[in-house]
Amino acid sequence: MIDLLAIWNWLVEPLQYGFLRQAIWVSAFVGLICAVLSCYITLKGWSLMGDAISHAVVPGVVVAYALGIPFAIGAFTFGFGATVAIGYIKSQTRLKEDAVIGIVFTGFFAFGLVLVTKIPSNIDLFHILFGNVLGISTQDIIQTLIAGFITLMVVLLRRKDLLLFCFDPNHAKAIGLNTQVMYYTLLSTMALTIVAALQTAGIILVISMLVTPGSIGYLLSDRFDRMLGIAIFSSVLSCVMGTYLSYHLDVSTGGSIVVFLTLLFILTMIFAPKYGILRQQLRQNEIIVDR
Amino acid sequence: MQTTTQALDITVDNLSITYSNARLALYNAYCRVESGTITGLVGPNGGGKSTLFKAIMGFLQPSQGRIRVGDFPVLKAQKRQLMAYVPQSDEVDWNFPVSVFDVVMMGRYGYMNFLRIPSAKDRRLVMESLERVGMSEFRHHQIGELSGGQKKRAFLARALAQEGKVILLDEPFTGVDVKTEKRIIDLMMQLRDEGHTILVSTHDLASISTFCDRTILLNRTILASGTTEETFTEENLTMTFGGLPVMSLQQMFAKSEVDV
Repeated sequence: MIDLLAIWNWLVEPLQYGFLRQAIWVSAFVGLICAVLSCYITLKGWSLMGDAISHAVVPGVVVAYALGIPFAIGAFTFGFGATVAIGYIKSQTRLKEDAVIGIVFTGFFAFGLVLVTKIPSNIDLFHILFGNVLGISTQDIIQTLIAGFITLMVVLLRRKDLLLFCFDPNHAKAIGLNTQVMYYTLLSTMALTIVAALQTAGIILVISMLVTPGSIGYLLSDRFDRMLGIAIFSSVLSCVMGTYLSYHLDVSTGGSIVVFLTLLFILTMIFAPKYGILRQQLRQNEIIVDR
Repeated sequence: MQTTTQALDITVDNLSITYSNARLALYNAYCRVESGTITGLVGPNGGGKSTLFKAIMGFLQPSQGRIRVGDFPVLKAQKRQLMAYVPQSDEVDWNFPVSVFDVVMMGRYGYMNFLRIPSAKDRRLVMESLERVGMSEFRHHQIGELSGGQKKRAFLARALAQEGKVILLDEPFTGVDVKTEKRIIDLMMQLRDEGHTILVSTHDLASISTFCDRTILLNRTILASGTTEETFTEENLTMTFGGLPVMSLQQMFAKSEVDV
């Protein structure tokens, strides 16, 4: 009996700290936004584009600090600007998209590095790279919430068009819809999501949150709505558990979230009932037996 | 069930298309797809069939020339839901998590409001279109679970649900069994009789004279066009498929004559 009580106390002990409770709900909110976007990104095959936007926001954060404006505005401007630059260079040269993406995002990122080391500020590069949800300020939470709610609203209102755009952009054009608008809608919501996740996960780990939940959903379902539900569940669960466990294990919060999420992915990849590795192996064996 | 409506023709006027790698895919193409007909577009692989299709649908920007559908430029015709397109099978991501019903409903998006909430009419037309191609019972299947012929019919149903007056089918007979081919041909003939204009690209020379009213022969430019009887001659085909062994051509030609 005493043992049970001790375990209970040990379990709830972290929750008495306001900063940890705050970190848990903020990261859960970010996990929700990222999960929604990740379904579109995995289906469209835009993981690399997410990588590009997240790296390209770095100079924006520094410039915003220097100008004294909210970091979200600077980050969004540079993140979205990078996608416009990628689109422009791709249409004007014979280079393939992956090469253009590689050039642009490393260019933006390096420019950010130069700025952060030249402009005197209290920006911690380590926090931009890997997140700092435990030390998040109220202003940063407000910016995260605004960016997240705008993203949710846009996706909620345009979800059918975005899905059509991912599935069959030619048909979208054939029925007279403006695919250019859809293209930039999806890119700008991606940039906003990355801005929302900047303080929690950082620009490197956010890639995981933008790709892994959608991939888990995709391996477990053949219907978009269910895929979305699974993605949201696994992402929010990872954010809550990752943040909570990072306290007990005394490890990086962003890292803990992503490790948890990746473990969920590995389990799914192996045990998914229809598309898991085990099931595929069994199916192959059945075919051999049939012969 | 369907009413006959005013048919639309397609006019291709001095069209040239250059890809971004500077390859000239199509040059100085002139042709007219007559309203209310089934027109076959025939030519070798890489001869520009798909390119011409994509230009007509506005997916590719021509470097020269213009295309009109009835009295409208392509973009206007599309906004009025006049043009439906049935893609080649390899242009579709068959693993995409959507059902047959979802895909056919996408044919109705152009009629819906900003939120794309289907009306009772949209649902009815989707069900009728599925019924018409014989796919109702598969409506809850994910699209990758279908056979080659069923996949074609699902996308055909989407074109029907869109109620386009002009329907373009890109290689509808590849990967399809004889029964499905017959079924698609029957449906195209019904649609033509209801006043649709149908343009279909195909390799299948043998069946062309059985259902195409008119034929356009294409190899980088339009080599011949007119009624199938006057266009589909051995001489014209040899010119179009110049690179192929003459023997196989003769066989194909002999086969199509037998079919007539």
